[in-house]
Amino acid sequence: MDMALEVAVAAIKIFIVVNVVQLVVAYMIYVERKVIAHAQLRLGPMRVGWHGLLQPIADGLKLFFKEDIIPDKADRVVFVLAPVMVLVPALVVYAVLPFSATFYITQINIGLFFVLAISSLGVFGVVMAGWASNSKYSLLGALRSAAQMLSYEIFLGFSVIGPLMLAGSLNLQEIVHAQRDVWFVFYQPLAFIVFFVAALAETNRVPFDLPEAETELVAGFHTEYSGMKFAFFFLAEYASMMVISTIGIVLFFGGWEGPDFIPLPGFVWYCLKLGAFMFVFIWLRATLPRYRYDQLMRVGWKFMFPLVMLNIFLTGFLKYLFL
Amino acid sequence: MVGVANTSRIEQQSTLHGTEELVINMGPQHPSTHGVLRVILKLDGETVNDLDCDIGYLHRGTEKIGENITYTMFIPYTDRLDYIAAPSNNLAWVTAVEKFFDWEIPMRAQYIRSMVGELSRIASHLLWLATHALDIGAMTVFLWCFREREMVLDLFETAFGGRLTVNAFRLGGLHEDVPDKFLQLTQEFIDIFPSRIDDYETLLTNNRIWLQRTRDVGIISAEDAMDLGLTGPIIRGSGVRWDLRRAKPYAAYPYLDFVVPVGENGDIYDRYLVRIEELRQSTRIIQQCLDQLPGGPVTCKTPRTIKPPEGEIYHSIENPKGEFGFYIVSDGTTTPYRVRIRPPSFINLGGLKKLCIGQLVADVVAIIGSIDIVLGECDR
Amino acid sequence: MPDEVEENSEQTNDAPDADEPAEAVKTPPGEDLKEVVESAFPGAVLEQSAYQDDEDEATFVVGLDSIVDVSTHLRDHGDTLFKLLTDLTAVHYPEAENPFEVLYQLYSIEHNRRLRLKVRIKEGQAMPTVSSVWSSADWMEREIYDLFGIEFEGHPDLRRILLPDNWGSHPMRKDYPLEGRGERIYTKPKRKEIGD
Repeated sequence: MDMALEVAVAAIKIFIVVNVVQLVVAYMIYVERKVIAHAQLRLGPMRVGWHGLLQPIADGLKLFFKEDIIPDKADRVVFVLAPVMVLVPALVVYAVLPFSATFYITQINIGLFFVLAISSLGVFGVVMAGWASNSKYSLLGALRSAAQMLSYEIFLGFSVIGPLMLAGSLNLQEIVHAQRDVWFVFYQPLAFIVFFVAALAETNRVPFDLPEAETELVAGFHTEYSGMKFAFFFLAEYASMMVISTIGIVLFFGGWEGPDFIPLPGFVWYCLKLGAFMFVFIWLRATLPRYRYDQLMRVGWKFMFPLVMLNIFLTGFLKYLFL
Repeated sequence: MVGVANTSRIEQQSTLHGTEELVINMGPQHPSTHGVLRVILKLDGETVNDLDCDIGYLHRGTEKIGENITYTMFIPYTDRLDYIAAPSNNLAWVTAVEKFFDWEIPMRAQYIRSMVGELSRIASHLLWLATHALDIGAMTVFLWCFREREMVLDLFETAFGGRLTVNAFRLGGLHEDVPDKFLQLTQEFIDIFPSRIDDYETLLTNNRIWLQRTRDVGIISAEDAMDLGLTGPIIRGSGVRWDLRRAKPYAAYPYLDFVVPVGENGDIYDRYLVRIEELRQSTRIIQQCLDQLPGGPVTCKTPRTIKPPEGEIYHSIENPKGEFGFYIVSDGTTTPYRVRIRPPSFINLGGLKKLCIGQLVADVVAIIGSIDIVLGECDR
Repeated sequence: MPDEVEENSEQTNDAPDADEPAEAVKTPPGEDLKEVVESAFPGAVLEQSAYQDDEDEATFVVGLDSIVDVSTHLRDHGDTLFKLLTDLTAVHYPEAENPFEVLYQLYSIEHNRRLRLKVRIKEGQAMPTVSSVWSSADWMEREIYDLFGIEFEGHPDLRRILLPDNWGSHPMRKDYPLEGRGERIYTKPKRKEIGD
């Protein structure tokens, strides 16, 4: 009986989270379009609803009803499987994300590890998509993407070690609790910088959007996709942006906790922080050009990697001395 | 499908290096080949080993058309060559045909020609900057540049009625005097334009990523540039201080003061800086034109039918993209015997191979952008 | 050369109605250039002309055999330094004995001078390529080959450039009709990668 209840509650929570995430993602795209539009002296979507507020829904419908094209020469099974392989890991990760003190799907003591492990599976989908499309542009995009995601996975993994050492736990809730007094971003600025850059690269955002560099590779690994399959890639990209932002918030900005003198519910704090993160992502996109592939790798291995190693060493050393 | 693995073939080759060249076809429907340019790249990984341009998709036989219509009728056809800077082409044609005659072109017309020529240079360079930055991923500059380009096109509309293909000049001067509103709007435009150039530079000039993408990429030495016949901002980016507005002045340029900017290394960044500086110099030239603009008629007395004496002339001007010239053979009738267009884009594009080999795919896009081609004039 | 330009920029004349600098050319234009050429290759310049004695329009007619040598000499000689091949084109005179005129429009940045070389050839006669002298000749010779059907011997990669590879005729020839489609011997393209 308890078991059944637990499953039912979990199912409801999953249902809510998955749907809310999809809606939020749709509106994130809307916000991105609006913010970039205003940075570029445009208005952005204005027609569908008040200031284009219904645009995401219209876009969703459009994508839903679009013809689903599978290229002749494509490897059909892999081609169909690839978008799923990208989207599912991006959504599964939400299982352990703490949205507030009380609202989360589950809590496991290797939460952070779980997030890193599952989210890195997304790269398989990308490579599969590039391969299965049987197009040179897609293949180049997928290769770039794989190399980029794998390398930056490493820096991302190392950059979270600092906060972990301070918190002494992999459980996301406990990491948040450990920041009750001071956010880790003040103890771990280096780790945060590396984390943020790696997060940009990991989610293929400007200035690291090489895999889908429109002007070079047309659209990279998803060139050949259309309709809902294309939408899956889109959803996955934004969903992983949210995941990575949430991890950033949890590790460095105290999760759902806010300063005590502003009494706001935890979930609101979370949303505010998420919004701020997202805004920076979008802001960068409106401002910066794109790195070149070899430069991206150089930034990673020659700059980020030593930096993050130094950070781990310093953290350990200082922790040994003072704590 | 060369790129996607054919297992048996790879196995065969694996005794050597296990790799083969990837032939990739860029264009003619590719977002950053600036029109209908098709580039066939042979890649080793992401490095360009060989390159071949396939052009001619926009070939309309303009030279042949020119042989069969009168000198006046050809003016609108020149609009369609470098359609980004149409008045410059008009200027090249009318000054070339006027070389046959000893007409006294009124100074007011000459000044307006220079002014409109510089406006078209601004329009062309803005489009170049917009698309070049977009190619490298800086999206915002694109729309910022189009805001100002729009203003320039509005100016053309005020003066000549057309926006893109303006058909601005006539043999012997202008069709009519420009309205006062044009002068006033031009003044307003150049008052705000320098600050807008500063805006673009804020986003790009000292941007680390921009520097990394453009410095030491696509380098061409001055000697090589001359050998390849490159002209315009490209050869100036390589450090050759040569500008036809100076070397062989036409229109009102003998009376105008401006600096010919040059680069040092001849890389993409230098070409960028040269063009940005040319935008500023163009603003200066327009200001001088407005200040010195004399009154009087805008057209000289020309015969009803234009019949140049028998002979042949070559005349070229400094178009935004390089030396734009016309070689005209006249047989003494109303139609030219031969019209040859010296297209800067065509010849500059010929240097693409030299610039690109050994670079990365991403650089090819940047280099094409930095050459600044217009296929309408390249293919004619 | 840059210094010279700098000087110009300072002495620009602000008065719009100033007189054009009077030209006082007494010797025929391009005489000095002719001397340079003749000193190395006597008799290479077959004809010399200039439209209205304009210095910029100086034109030499050169023989088919000597064009490469003359070009190289003009490019390298210190008094000429025609390093820029501005334009390379052809004109078709169907009535003439030598119906094709190939023109080399040269420019010297150092001396700010222009010179036009002409070679007159017969129908079907092949030109020597100057792409070894100026790389820019590569594409322009291809264009002439494409539009006039003049072959260039020794050209590294003589293919059509503007028209499709299988276009049957050469449209810039004067006998190419302006209307109709009968003149085009057009075969269905074979699928072939140009990169191959």
